[in-house]
Amino acid sequence: MAALKEESIEKRPKVARLEAEGLRTTESISFWGTVWRRLFRRKSAVVGLWILAFLVLIALTADWIAPYDPVQVLIGVEPVKMRQKPCIHLLGCPEDQPQHIMGIDGNVRDQFSRILYGARLSLLVGLSTVTFAIIIGTFLGAIAGYLGGVVDNVIMRFMDVLLAFPSLLLAIAIVTILGPGLINALLAIAIVSIPTYARVTRATVLSVREMDFVEASRAMGGGWGYILFGRILPNSLTPLIVTGTLGIATAILDAAALSFLGLGAQPPTPEWGTMLGAERNQVFTAPHLVFFPGFAIMLTVLAFNLLGDGLRDALDPRLAQRGEE
Amino acid sequence: MTTYILRRLLTSIPVLLGILFVTFALARLIPGDPCRAILGEKATDVICDEFIRRHGLDKPIPTQFIIYVKEILHGDLGTSIRLGKPVTELLVERLPTTLELSLAAMTFSILIGIPLGIISAVRHNSAIDVGTMVLANVGVSMPVFWLGLMLAYIFALVLKGTPLQLPPSGRLSPGLMIPPFYDVWGWQLGKEGFVKSLFVFISQMNVINSLLIWRMDLLWDALKHLILPAVAVGTIPLAIIARMTRSSMLDVLGQDYVRAARAKGLPRGMVVIKHALRNALLPLVTIIGLSFGAFLGGAVLTETIFGLSGVGRIMYDSITARDYGVVQSFTVVIAVFFVILNLIVDISYTFLDPRVRLD
Repeated sequence: MAALKEESIEKRPKVARLEAEGLRTTESISFWGTVWRRLFRRKSAVVGLWILAFLVLIALTADWIAPYDPVQVLIGVEPVKMRQKPCIHLLGCPEDQPQHIMGIDGNVRDQFSRILYGARLSLLVGLSTVTFAIIIGTFLGAIAGYLGGVVDNVIMRFMDVLLAFPSLLLAIAIVTILGPGLINALLAIAIVSIPTYARVTRATVLSVREMDFVEASRAMGGGWGYILFGRILPNSLTPLIVTGTLGIATAILDAAALSFLGLGAQPPTPEWGTMLGAERNQVFTAPHLVFFPGFAIMLTVLAFNLLGDGLRDALDPRLAQRGEE
Repeated sequence: MTTYILRRLLTSIPVLLGILFVTFALARLIPGDPCRAILGEKATDVICDEFIRRHGLDKPIPTQFIIYVKEILHGDLGTSIRLGKPVTELLVERLPTTLELSLAAMTFSILIGIPLGIISAVRHNSAIDVGTMVLANVGVSMPVFWLGLMLAYIFALVLKGTPLQLPPSGRLSPGLMIPPFYDVWGWQLGKEGFVKSLFVFISQMNVINSLLIWRMDLLWDALKHLILPAVAVGTIPLAIIARMTRSSMLDVLGQDYVRAARAKGLPRGMVVIKHALRNALLPLVTIIGLSFGAFLGGAVLTETIFGLSGVGRIMYDSITARDYGVVQSFTVVIAVFFVILNLIVDISYTFLDPRVRLD
């Protein structure tokens, strides 16, 4: 502890000097420090972060904590039946029966292991689609906002057209043409969400490009590419972070919906939407096969929604003053 | 006012053309030969040559696009290869189910969402407020298809035998049929034509039809079948509406004129409803209008679960049967509908808030 303190004082000689003179000092907090602190003050955001941490942990350790291989058929391996109800030893399930805490699915596989592996897939789906959509959307929006004129009009009218379709329906139409499959479904969802990011980026770039520091860069002879991507864009990121976090939630939900319709991940991939779709006609006889995958989707989406809302409040300077009360 | 509406209509034209272009381009992107993609194994060289000639696929792409737009403007949306029927006919058959479901879902989400939002805002930070917001967060995160299945399980199986039991599928109980209102009223309609289609369309909406012929037993049966799917489709919009109402009301309730209204002695309820709500409505109308896309997307997922033969169901069936024409045409119709809806939302601003200048 003492060593740590000494080191930190060493790093800030000015603070040390002032303290030595007997003056009171307060640590200065960076922008992100403030945001972080505000984020942690919101209970819902903290809940979101915890759920997310839990899911990431599951996704990373699925290989070790899953009791079975997610695609292993247990016929002949264990005395289990198709769509068997959950068997938990702690809750009075006989010890001589193998434990399957979420039951057995229609192909005699361990549902719990499949749910655990599904976390990995869902998080990857959310992150990859949003990353793809943000890269393209930001690029288009930034160029439209900075160059203006015809370029702006052409890009943004095209975005308007894409936004005119209900997003899930457009995604369905795209996958129908590309052919079913996880990658195509991700591509469709990414394409559908590009306009959102393009709009957000364009709006911020429009306001940031009028600021003095941009003017200064221009006066110093910076080319438009440098000014846009080196100066303006890094200063337009905050709304994108919020939209992106909330976008992950939508992407996971849409990907699950496409998989549910049979257009996304194909069996035997342990994807939550696919699992739900495969067993949906069994909801009256084996409700556990529908309940758990759906609950997992909801929990993941909830985590990103809570985090996104929290980030928006933490990053919004208007709310900042109210939040400090 | 008229000039504004006209101008908004004119500016919608490029978007509408864009929609047609996107759906047209999507159809041309089907990998491989469209003839073999559509006809599958039945396709021989002779049949395909004929097919390509008949559909004008041998013409240059811009010409094809013009033909496509022309056909759509003439109300020709193509034919379903699977069902051998014109898509317009399918639309008249199927759209009423979806429209009825969407309207029921919308009513449900507005009737519950707005009061919840108002109560949360008025009792800011109370237990009701926190509870509503927790529910709203969970509601927004709910997969529609999961909610639908779970509702069906709870209300059709777990609550079986109680008064709360609700049917999990279909639009009416087996054996029941609602006679079309024009038959009951003894109207003679021609074989075809727009009027006939319109009447058939209206009569397909069970709730409206049973109201028109004043049969309460049928109305109740239709409503009972509508509850579960409507709740499933309406939950996400409900959560969004409740959140939006709350934040919008919180903004307005903090303003001076609200305090002034209270200070001059108006009862609290009156201030909330007459002064605050009216001004909080503007962002709400936008959200409700935009939610219609969610209603339609939700309908695709919900109809397959509740065995309703609406637009969503036919989209799903056409996807699995690779009946591209239907998917494409319905996408166009829904997108156009969506554009018109946004137009209505924009225009409604002027009625809600006279300060919104039309120019």
